[in-house]
Amino acid sequence: MDALRRTLLKGAGATGAIAAAMAAGVLKPSQVLAAEWNRAAFDAKDVAGALKGLGGAGAADNTGIVIKAPDIAENGAVVPVDVSSSIPNTLFLAVLVDKNPLPLSAAFDFANGALPELALRLKLGQTSLVEVVAKTADGKFYRAKKEVKVTVGGCGG
Amino acid sequence: MADPMKIRAQMKGDTAEVRVLMSHAMETGQRKDNAGATVPAHFIQSITVDVGGKRVIQGQTGTAVSRNPVFGFKVKGAKAGDKVVINWVDNKGDKRTDETTIAA
Amino acid sequence: MKQRLSTLLVAAAMSAAFAVHAQQPVKKPVPPPAKAAASAKQGGITAEFEKFREVLEEDNPAELFEARGEDIWKHKKGPDGASMAQCDLGLGAGVVKGAYVQMPRWFADVGQVMDAERRVVHCMVKYLGYKEEDIRKQPFSNVNKTPDHVSVITYVAGQSRNLKIAAPQKHPKEKETYEIGKEIFAYRAGPYDFSCATCHGEDGKRIRTQDLPNLRKPDQAIRAYQGWPGYRMTGGFMLTQQWRMNDCFRQQRFPEPGYLSDSITALLAYMTATANGQVYKGPGIKR
Repeated sequence: MDALRRTLLKGAGATGAIAAAMAAGVLKPSQVLAAEWNRAAFDAKDVAGALKGLGGAGAADNTGIVIKAPDIAENGAVVPVDVSSSIPNTLFLAVLVDKNPLPLSAAFDFANGALPELALRLKLGQTSLVEVVAKTADGKFYRAKKEVKVTVGGCGG
Repeated sequence: MADPMKIRAQMKGDTAEVRVLMSHAMETGQRKDNAGATVPAHFIQSITVDVGGKRVIQGQTGTAVSRNPVFGFKVKGAKAGDKVVINWVDNKGDKRTDETTIAA
Repeated sequence: MKQRLSTLLVAAAMSAAFAVHAQQPVKKPVPPPAKAAASAKQGGITAEFEKFREVLEEDNPAELFEARGEDIWKHKKGPDGASMAQCDLGLGAGVVKGAYVQMPRWFADVGQVMDAERRVVHCMVKYLGYKEEDIRKQPFSNVNKTPDHVSVITYVAGQSRNLKIAAPQKHPKEKETYEIGKEIFAYRAGPYDFSCATCHGEDGKRIRTQDLPNLRKPDQAIRAYQGWPGYRMTGGFMLTQQWRMNDCFRQQRFPEPGYLSDSITALLAYMTATANGQVYKGPGIKR
């Protein structure tokens, strides 16, 4: 699997291996184009549409995905979120915010020793579910979610 | 041209912890300016991280990533002294590449 | 001096009242802040904020502005080739380390007590050819722009990270400025008959979800000093202590002082000297 991971991330120049993988039914053509910005997924207006765009419409709930985020965010403009997956062979993580106009926020591929873990900061327009989708080497999708409440008010600090 | 990134990379056991700050407006395309006109979307779409010459992370981002983005990654098997190269490209084609070496 | 100040403030307060009457109907006065101990739930929220505040402070985008300010300080040249290497922040020409926590101070070259922001702007005008009237057009940052002088102040502040605050109180003018600041702090005026002390003169007050420090005490004055210049999460830009002080005037419905005014320097002198001996943690992050 490691060899495939490498070729995938290298993109061009590994056409032979990718063609072989496609022939073997391991890869769908859409996954090979992962380097191109996934407009369909990022422009989706709801979580279901974004999941479909990622190819993960049937993602199953899994507690191996850990989402660290505040229960109540001090400011919706900057919500620190830390996501990780202990599901073996996780190669991909996506972070979605269900109530945002465009839910998909980030979609990351990991390879060559990068742990399936990502810290980032997100804008939450209102109290939302932060949803994380993981994909494993065998192409299966998993999901988990956590609610983050967004408050308003306060002065300059 | 975009301001430089601030990259920190440090070994913790056998794993390198990489943190990066990027200078970017990350406009959602939904904000209105004082005159009431919509500020066009302007946001980072693609991020790559190479460690020791190998691509370890390839990420895509949308408008909900906070302004002046902060990301954290962990790379197992990296060594102190390895070069970390981070690149971003936004929806207008602006881009920026910066690098550092992993501290012990 | 005291008499002149009082006269000025009375005039300011009256014009504030008139300005507000003229622009809009006076709203019901805001009740004074409630006691913090009132709600246990409040404590839970504050604890949750604090937990993630550490995460936010660990990677603070303020660093991006520090870097931009450092670049201006070290590399920018004025029209006649001058640079900020000639700028004396009180510790000698070009010395930045530790200077921020030792202002406001008396500067003999201008015959004035200046706070850090005032001194930095003075130097940028004098050495780098910035025009004061341009800086006054947009003294504070907004979502579209963090002005150069704000980045330079952020850099200068970052060079006092983890150092003890030591605003000098030796020169008679430094002492006088402190006393004026103390008097302004307690001065009640405006349509709400507020003073700084209404919110910040007693222990245990809060406004909405925020605890308010009692700025008369060193261990609490540091809380108001800490975190400025601050990265404003809403909008993603840097705000300075001058902005914060101006905003206190706005919140009290006083007329806002002009940029770099004597009254703000005086308030900063009072607050900073009260916090003397406390450790400054560098530019912060604000909601």
